[in-house]
Amino acid sequence: MKFRPVVASLATLATMTALAACAPPSDDDNQDDGGSGAATATSAEDLGGMEALIEAAQEEGELNVVAVPPTWANYGEIISTFEKKYDIKVNSSLPDGDSQDEINAAVQLEGTDRAPDAFDLAQSVALANTDMFAEYQVDTWDTIPDEFKADDGAWVNDYGGFMSIGYDASKVPAITSVDDLLKPEFKGKVALNGDPTEAGAAFSGVLMASVANGGSADDIAPGVEFFAALKKAGNFLPVDPTPATIASGQTPVVIDWDYLNAVESQNLDDWEVYVPEEAPVAGYYFQAINADAPHPAAARLWQEFLYSDEGQNLWLAGGARPVRAEAMAEAGTIDTELYDALPPVTGDPVIATNEQTEEMAAYLSENWAKAIG
Amino acid sequence: MSALAPTAAPGTAEPSPRPGPRLRVGPAIGLLPFLAFIGVFLLVPTVTVAVGAFQDESGAFSTEKVAALFEETAMRALRQSLLLSTFSAALGAVLGAVLAYLILAAPPTSLVRRVATAVCGVLAQFGGVTLAFAWIATLGFGGLLTDLLADLFGLDATGSGWLYELPGLVLVYTYFQIPLMVIVFLPALEGLRPQWREAAVGLGANTWQYWTKVAVPLLRPAFLGSALLLFANAFAAYATAAALVSQGAPITPLLIRAALSSEVILGQANFAYALALQMVVVVAIVMGLYAWLLRRTSRWLG
Repeated sequence: MKFRPVVASLATLATMTALAACAPPSDDDNQDDGGSGAATATSAEDLGGMEALIEAAQEEGELNVVAVPPTWANYGEIISTFEKKYDIKVNSSLPDGDSQDEINAAVQLEGTDRAPDAFDLAQSVALANTDMFAEYQVDTWDTIPDEFKADDGAWVNDYGGFMSIGYDASKVPAITSVDDLLKPEFKGKVALNGDPTEAGAAFSGVLMASVANGGSADDIAPGVEFFAALKKAGNFLPVDPTPATIASGQTPVVIDWDYLNAVESQNLDDWEVYVPEEAPVAGYYFQAINADAPHPAAARLWQEFLYSDEGQNLWLAGGARPVRAEAMAEAGTIDTELYDALPPVTGDPVIATNEQTEEMAAYLSENWAKAIG
Repeated sequence: MSALAPTAAPGTAEPSPRPGPRLRVGPAIGLLPFLAFIGVFLLVPTVTVAVGAFQDESGAFSTEKVAALFEETAMRALRQSLLLSTFSAALGAVLGAVLAYLILAAPPTSLVRRVATAVCGVLAQFGGVTLAFAWIATLGFGGLLTDLLADLFGLDATGSGWLYELPGLVLVYTYFQIPLMVIVFLPALEGLRPQWREAAVGLGANTWQYWTKVAVPLLRPAFLGSALLLFANAFAAYATAAALVSQGAPITPLLIRAALSSEVILGQANFAYALALQMVVVVAIVMGLYAWLLRRTSRWLG
């Protein structure tokens, strides 16, 4: 096992030289390398088709993922399905970490067989680290809308959703607007999923509050003011919500992605999810393969699985909007019951660009602690 | 001194080989694992932090990150960290000293004393997520005690959410500071010899005079030293605060986490190094004072 990184990098070097000489790597080479030829494969075809990819991945036998919570977008079931289907062990470490932790793990564990193979990243982290990604196009590449993927295949959006307010209807009145949260009935009850200067979901929550109060993707200040008012009213609860705090009633109102809030409805009968009409803030997560993946074939097979109809429907089962949803709806391969059950959204979704995110983040780092401290 | 001269063999022209330097190598070998340990777990990280604090994202020399320490966010976190450590250390030191005195009143082999010291040993390590959630479940919004107080007396125990701010942190930290104080202060209290009291009384001192003129001056360095240890303990504590407060990074360790793992504001790793360097400096000062006090104490108490 411990020789593999060395073999892999040598093989990578060899294959790259071969590519530079415009000679496609032959299948025989891949067999001899024990599947390490996968490290440069940009599609299943490069390895001689799906069967060969599966075989190479099974030979590696393991897949490392970091910061993939089992309750997040149905990842628990996705992982167990993948494990069963291909007989590959998935090592999921640091399940409560965030996107930057994935990149940190890749840098710190580089060259070891514990480094992450694939990433699931927030937008800003993904776009800042594209040089760490291996280019790869899954079998269903053509059915992914162009605006949701990098031309070279370095990254692909995997699933998205809208910012929402989840709440326990048995504890608080029904929510019909973001400003409802300022009412006295919500005293000590409103939690945000993380610190917005750290967590992408919390950041989008502040953006949602901003849009609802006259702000935009260029201006997050009204959102910060909203939370300052929430704090002043004694309504803001600075506890990180988790499924445990929600189940135990410690966090009766949670601002989070709709797919994360939707999952709680399965555990808690009275849990409602509200996507504010006046502030539909949308966001997609990014999927990428670590260029130094210790299990390159498994990483590629993982991508194939995630973007297959089966994988996409599994995300959908977690309440997330899979990136291939429209194409699948057209082809009739989507789980219509789940698709129709997604919270209704009207109005133009607000999706912040990377530049906008950076500017708003700079404002937050100056002002967030002051507003709620 | 010529005490050695007679033992030297008479008539030897050469001075006998001095055993000193040669013998010193032996014990030094035993020290090697310790030195290696110190090197790997103290020296290397400290140097890494110090170097990283003076670099920018590309690795070039820069004082920008250290300069950022003096901006509002970092200063605010440092101030709150110092306040938290000072208050929780002061509370823990005073209450812990009183508790240690009470424990000493029981005979050494009594059940009370054995149980009390054992419990303190456990509680001094009872920090982190468990402790934070215990407090949230007790006194947080919708906590057990909160609801009980509201039902029985109509009290609003959570107020504006003080548990999730500095006062709450002080309270929660004190929970592990008091037992730690008992553990570190008990030996000093035990070191007070009954003979000293007898001597004082024999010279005509009353109880008040014995305590103010003999016991307190003797115990002062140990007490202050223990308080400093508590200060450092609170200053470096992370997990408890992280579980209790997820917003606004009110203290330096949480600000370091924010700088290291933020997925919103990227490329702040070197700022985290600078913050860590700041903490190293504070703790080094505290530990210097502690060592100095400890030397004074050891003059009196063996």
